[in-house]
Amino acid sequence: MNSYKIIDHEYDVVVLGAGGSGLRAAVGLSESGLKTACISKVFPTRSHTSAAQGGISAALGNMGEDDWRWHMYDTVKGADWLGDQDCIEYLCKEAPRAVIELERYGVPFSRTEDGKIYQRPFGGMTKNYGNGTAQRTCAAADRTGHAILHTLYGQALKHNTEFFIEYFALDLLMKGGECKGVIAWNLDDGTIHRFRSHITIVATGGYGKIYYSSTSAHTCTGDGNAMILRAGLPLQDMEFVQFHPTGIYGHGTLISEGVRGEGGYLVNSKGERFMERYAPKTKDLASRDVVSRSIAIEINEGRGVGKEQDHVHLHLSHLDQKVIEERLPGISESSRLFANVDVTKEPIPVVPTVHYNMGGIPTNYKAEVMTVNDSEKVVPGLMAIGEAACVSVHGANRLGSNSLIDLVVFGRAAAKRAAELIKPRTSHEEISKTETEKCLERFDKLRNANGDNKTSDLRLSMQKTMQLKCAVFRTDKTLKEGVNEIRKPFDGMESISVKDKSLIYNTDLVETLEFDNLIRQAITTMDSAYQRKESRGAHARDDFPKRDDEKFMKHTLLWCNGKETKIEYRPVHKTTLTSDVQYFPPQERVY
Amino acid sequence: MVQINLPEGSKVQKGKYYKDTTGSKNIRKVNVYRWDPSSGQNPRIDTYEVDMNNCPSKVLDLLNKIKNEIDPSLAYRRSCSHGVCGSCAMNMDGKNGLACTKPHAEINGDINIYPLPHLKVKKDLIGDLSTLYKQYESIEPWLKTNTKIESKEIFQSRKDRSKLDGAYECIMCACCSTACPSYWWNGDKYLGPAVLLQAYRWIIDSRDDERKERLKKIADELKLYRCHTIMNCTNACPKGLNPAKAIAEIKKMLATG
Repeated sequence: MNSYKIIDHEYDVVVLGAGGSGLRAAVGLSESGLKTACISKVFPTRSHTSAAQGGISAALGNMGEDDWRWHMYDTVKGADWLGDQDCIEYLCKEAPRAVIELERYGVPFSRTEDGKIYQRPFGGMTKNYGNGTAQRTCAAADRTGHAILHTLYGQALKHNTEFFIEYFALDLLMKGGECKGVIAWNLDDGTIHRFRSHITIVATGGYGKIYYSSTSAHTCTGDGNAMILRAGLPLQDMEFVQFHPTGIYGHGTLISEGVRGEGGYLVNSKGERFMERYAPKTKDLASRDVVSRSIAIEINEGRGVGKEQDHVHLHLSHLDQKVIEERLPGISESSRLFANVDVTKEPIPVVPTVHYNMGGIPTNYKAEVMTVNDSEKVVPGLMAIGEAACVSVHGANRLGSNSLIDLVVFGRAAAKRAAELIKPRTSHEEISKTETEKCLERFDKLRNANGDNKTSDLRLSMQKTMQLKCAVFRTDKTLKEGVNEIRKPFDGMESISVKDKSLIYNTDLVETLEFDNLIRQAITTMDSAYQRKESRGAHARDDFPKRDDEKFMKHTLLWCNGKETKIEYRPVHKTTLTSDVQYFPPQERVY
Repeated sequence: MVQINLPEGSKVQKGKYYKDTTGSKNIRKVNVYRWDPSSGQNPRIDTYEVDMNNCPSKVLDLLNKIKNEIDPSLAYRRSCSHGVCGSCAMNMDGKNGLACTKPHAEINGDINIYPLPHLKVKKDLIGDLSTLYKQYESIEPWLKTNTKIESKEIFQSRKDRSKLDGAYECIMCACCSTACPSYWWNGDKYLGPAVLLQAYRWIIDSRDDERKERLKKIADELKLYRCHTIMNCTNACPKGLNPAKAIAEIKKMLATG
């Protein structure tokens, strides 16, 4: 491995990823005087946070009475009681402050008549513990993620965060169960960089690309999650994959829940507003898992629209043209570009599409990574935030607009905790070369791979298997087949080929490394799903249609070493963080 | 051929020809600019015959098809694939745009794909945007406010907020700046339409208290007044924004004090 040029760096904290959570953490860390590096495989404003549309939830009460406890109840219920209520309390209580902070950073929120931040209704967001619709989702038209991401990048520039852009992170440097830093490859000049840091914060986002059809970007490959697995640590609740009810049919582009928040509704081939049957109270604004399942049932029972009767229609042409222009300009553009539809005249063809990963790296509410060894244990030197993390605030199903708030609340929490834990500019201890060698061995092996299997073919096979065997509805049979079949593309890696052997902008190798990351998470997802013999939130089993609190009110933890997996569980936290609110005991979940 | 910044002392050569292997009757020829800095060789134009019967509608789908099925070594940036991240900006059929929103059906004859004009090329279709990013930093793209109460939002009327429409949506893809002749010749000093649109976005934000300082900072012969209202920028913007108008507004504000 002597052939690689290695450049060493020392930082107090290294943040992996420059999306919403990574940038918010980086801002807080830089503010507190910690020497901070932020590493990203894409330029920060290209991160997938930019694709978030509808908004960011916080009980500001700008458009009617609201209370963070109501927000907490909605989130607990949305999560189908798999969320940790201490963490959910923290999220909802901190949310208003976090949104105000964003506004003061300069986010161009839409406004109410009296100049306050505009808030729209969203799925599962209610008043007074499920009685009436709350307007809680703060919006910048339907480009809220874009607006937040660009603003946070500006803040990071203001605070002189050091960026390492178009660096592809390869592996964590571990020593005796502690994280000591990270190794990354600079795509621009081909050099290898070893960052030593007291704390490494994983903010690498979700892994939607394990599926064939998803709203995720090409770059959503969960690189940080895979690094965690390779470091011998578990991932949590990976079976919970959110299907967004309204991805554009055939293309997968997201159509914001904000459309339904503003009054849009779903219709089947008989012209029925079918959500009235499935969720009499909240109708089209039930939580995403419920709406997605309802659409799937309509299609399965032959009431889908189109030639193949395999999708449904989303109507918004009845809305005031001004509302569409002012509040939904982005989805009007997407519908024109990707469905050839003029939303003021025609419905949008939509279908449930993979959108978000509730599962990820287990953390506590301070963003510290946890593992289980008899009981919960913090992994020193390691934090995780954003979609990569599983705090768990979203449990078995995330509510719309709760992801953007998750990014900034826990991005800030991570920075705060890091500032408590480390003194700026303290010295770093030596780490052995074996970690670097192990990492570069994998890198070098893939780079020089000359087999018969194309990365793209293996990736496609993985994506099709996930789509077919681990979809909206799952059964013992499909999952059992899935557990076997998902290992085939992994085996295929033994004889993978990488045509480009160079080190500069070698996107062939990048995609192969990303595939290596994806396939581990696909195995983890499939195995976790197979073992959970109940229906909860986004995990719907035909053969176990009911939630089983007795056996399964617990988080899945899965270790994955190559094809071998090991499963354990940890109990859901049944306490709140403070006495400001009481624990919400499990109830039947109806919308 | 579009004007691109070639590696020093090099000449673009005819490259490899990838013949169709699917036997499809619906073939299009796609010519793509290729250059690998590690190879020490001249840039070249590779030609791919692509089966259009199994290709979705956008130019990015076409490139993905080439990368997945014909030639995995082709390098380009891409991410969101629906026009919000700004990664896949390139020159297609002589025009700048986003590969993910540009339908290939709009292009007649052979499909010619090049990097964005006049940027230093890193590899194949990947251009060097570092100068533009530095210029973006130079306009200090963050809110500067004197209001001290931190527990409340700064109020903004709907009318004032609407002034940001058409400016905050910029995705920094650089299609506009790399379509601007002034930016081609003076790109190191002239800020260019993308960055000036961003400057304008902060100048007109009613919440910002440093409007005057911001204006003063860019009121410079080179930074601002190299704009000669050629309007290529507005023509090129894949998001339908109007940077030329924003620049004109800035000039007007300076002229009228």
